Amino acid sequence: MAIAPPRGDTAANGTQVILSGDSMTINMGPQHPSTHGVLRLVLDLEGETVTRCEPVIGYLHTGFEKTYEEKTYLQGVVLTDRMDYLAPLSNNLGYALAIERLLGIEAPPRATVIRVLLAELTRINNHLVWLGTQALDLGAMSAFFYCFREREVLLDLFEMMSGARLMTSFIRPGGLMADLPDGWIERAESFLREFPGHIVEYESLLTENEIFKERTIGIGILSPEQAQALDLTGPSLRACGIPWDLRKLAPYCGYETYDFAVPTLTGGDVYDRYLIRMAEMRESTKIALQAIDRLPTGPVMTADRKIAIPPRAELATSMEALIHHFKLVSEGFKPPEGEVYTCIESPKGEIGFYLVSDGTGKPYRCHVRAPSFINLQSLPPMSVGGLVADLVAIIGSIDPVLGEVDR
Amino acid sequence: MTAQTGPTTSPDATPPPAADPYAASEVHAAVHAAAQELVSATFGEALLEVQTFRGETTLVVARERIREILTILRQDERTRFDRISNLTAVDYLDLGREPRFAVVYHLMSRTNLARLRLRAPVPEDDPWTDSVTDLFPSVNWPEREVFDLFGIAFRGHPNPTRILLPDDWDGHPLRKDYPIGAEEIEFSFNREVVEADRAKTTGEREERYSPHRPVNNF
Repeated sequence: MAIAPPRGDTAANGTQVILSGDSMTINMGPQHPSTHGVLRLVLDLEGETVTRCEPVIGYLHTGFEKTYEEKTYLQGVVLTDRMDYLAPLSNNLGYALAIERLLGIEAPPRATVIRVLLAELTRINNHLVWLGTQALDLGAMSAFFYCFREREVLLDLFEMMSGARLMTSFIRPGGLMADLPDGWIERAESFLREFPGHIVEYESLLTENEIFKERTIGIGILSPEQAQALDLTGPSLRACGIPWDLRKLAPYCGYETYDFAVPTLTGGDVYDRYLIRMAEMRESTKIALQAIDRLPTGPVMTADRKIAIPPRAELATSMEALIHHFKLVSEGFKPPEGEVYTCIESPKGEIGFYLVSDGTGKPYRCHVRAPSFINLQSLPPMSVGGLVADLVAIIGSIDPVLGEVDR
Repeated sequence: MTAQTGPTTSPDATPPPAADPYAASEVHAAVHAAAQELVSATFGEALLEVQTFRGETTLVVARERIREILTILRQDERTRFDRISNLTAVDYLDLGREPRFAVVYHLMSRTNLARLRLRAPVPEDDPWTDSVTDLFPSVNWPEREVFDLFGIAFRGHPNPTRILLPDDWDGHPLRKDYPIGAEEIEFSFNREVVEADRAKTTGEREERYSPHRPVNNF
């Protein structure tokens, strides 16, 4: 192996990393258990120190954006589930809000409150998977079992309302697929009442755990300036000391009427990202309980028959309902010509949908601003200058879902 | 733009039919107007068109001046668009619009939280625009993605390579003339057509994987 000359690279904290000796280039991934999917990293190592980190993505590219152009707006809902498969309801919500903006309609009040409730349950679901796998990556196996125990309750709830555990497709343009079934609210509420106690359980395993702290404190630091330059969003940005949350800054679905805090810390390291997500689960529980308290009665789908598919029972008695059903299923509703960009705060950051309509039943163009894709750009500045073993902790702390990165 | 009058109604009350729930707030509408005025006063002819839809404002601008426009929109006190939250492109082939492509920038201001869309038309025969990665490091990957999927080159990009597809991929899939790969089912009445089509595709595939083909047309 040739001896590489001493080379300089700037670490996240601004210090110059100058090492000499054998430089080695290795591939981490795409098949590596800690890369949360099929992320490949090309690493330059000097000893155990990372001097260059280049993410190589695209292994899960499935052409979602091309597929959207061939589907009606309603059919496109199922594609959103499959991008960020840990937070499908957040993706459904962002897509539905974009289409509603294009159409110039709003969902009924009951649907809006249920959307908030589901978005927060999804946030908890996403953070539970994140927490379990992050702890597992660092060698703490018990947390994984605890997290997946609670996640199972959430998935049962999702299955109860939509028939699917992961790919719910429950939030539709104009409202919801259906109303919540009997007994759902009671089950959700009993889960939310006991959930803060479970968060204490996870924290007792990790927060003061010497090994966990050793592996995470001071690791993968990103300064607020760098984070903003790279447009990091979500919990990772809030761990850098920037209270940036679209639920507060650009409220949608009436988030401005809920009482919740935006947890913010200033360390910008892996440990702070962990603490932020733990605090966010508590805040999400609060929001979800408020949503249950104020749940109004009424329809869950817009009354506009040019947009909403008629109820099954009407098809047997009403000719108009049958015609509407046929037209909506075969051609879809037709928004006016125009373009919109709508974004919401998903568990991972800002997920945005840019839709261009040409007045037909299919989107002319649908682009997804995937938070995982943008956030992953922050990986090199976080990891250069650190140890290769810490890279595992850093990847996990960004919480990328490769299905969304590659789309 | 109609200003919203009176207090906001509670969610249960039916809103008056004239109120547009998606109209821009007064603050944001003022920022949009300031941005339009700024670009038109500074660059004149480079502001090609202004569109408003559902409270969102789009400035259609000349691609040659995009770097200066983004810089001045970031610096000016009234606009402060210091964040590109999304960068993508659109292929207008099926709509028959000229020029064929447009690169779309979604700006956002961290101070006044307004959003603005810039659209820079890009012609088909000379598809390039200037990279803004040095001004906004966050668009590094999005610009590569647009190059990868649309074949629009970003001049001055530090790493102008494909990002989602393999380096030796042929074509740019999000172009409207890129086939989606359906194969016609063969029956007795269309056998000749389907077989001719298949022979052509096979030939194209052999050509695609030829080792002598340049992988990158930069």
